[in-house]
Amino acid sequence: MKARVHVMLKDGVLDPQGEAVRHALGTLGFSGVEAVRQGKVIELDLAATDRMAAEAEVRAMCEKLLANTVIEKYTVEIA
Amino acid sequence: MKAAVITFPGSNCDRDLAVAFEAAGAEVARVWHKDSDLPEGTDIVGIPGGFSFGDYLRCGAIAARSPIGAAVVKHAERGGYVLGVCNGFQVLTEMGLLPGALMRNAGLKFVCKTVDLEVATTASDFTSGYQPGQGIRVPVAHHDGNYTCDADLLARLQGEDRVAFRYRDNPNGSMGDIAGILSDNRRVLGMMPHPERCIDPAQGGTDGMAMFRALSGALTLA
Repeated sequence: MKARVHVMLKDGVLDPQGEAVRHALGTLGFSGVEAVRQGKVIELDLAATDRMAAEAEVRAMCEKLLANTVIEKYTVEIA
Repeated sequence: MKAAVITFPGSNCDRDLAVAFEAAGAEVARVWHKDSDLPEGTDIVGIPGGFSFGDYLRCGAIAARSPIGAAVVKHAERGGYVLGVCNGFQVLTEMGLLPGALMRNAGLKFVCKTVDLEVATTASDFTSGYQPGQGIRVPVAHHDGNYTCDADLLARLQGEDRVAFRYRDNPNGSMGDIAGILSDNRRVLGMMPHPERCIDPAQGGTDGMAMFRALSGALTLA
């Protein structure tokens, strides 16, 4: 079973890297990019076969390590 | 004073931090990240600067969950002292021993220079050797030193006099010009600038020595 975790900065937390990307896009002539937020995608291969249990476990992983919930939020997809 | 300085893969200020503690008269033990216990009788743990675990995932995130990490948290919960410098500050926030987080510098550049700090409180065993509001010059070298927290926490840190050092000319965008903060029991200090890099005239400055001397004074009597 595969899990995909998306980690993004929480709304309201300034993202200096996203802002730099937005600026660079403008320099390249892509006008009209109003905001860029950068995050990360983490893919996990799991031995688990139970969907619900796998999701609960990946959420625990996010809380303990994969995301810093002081500044980041996350979503979990099980595929 | 018995100090324990931790080395993670990628730490690069561990020896300097040990030398600074020794210069203040401490007996220093060097501790490896895979150790699960601190030496018996450790008064203060030093978490050094560097790039622990290559800054993978987030700065300090992997180090905070290493075997020695659990021992450091227990030590702090017992009322033990901890000093985290630079990457060590990042590790302390990832451990949850200090609130807030350190984000990428607002200017996106790695900042490596000596900066002017203001000693924002002298009410701690780390800062009691300075004068209130004293200006000191301490080197910084970091890419992720932009201290971030919500408005409530910022007000609480200021209200509880837990900001230890402020930048006079903010190099990284940190909220409230914060360069270092104390835990609520004032025994855990995290700071981005490197006091261990200014303890000897040969390093170009000695403004960091007062911190190690003050710690030694406080922890040797006990």
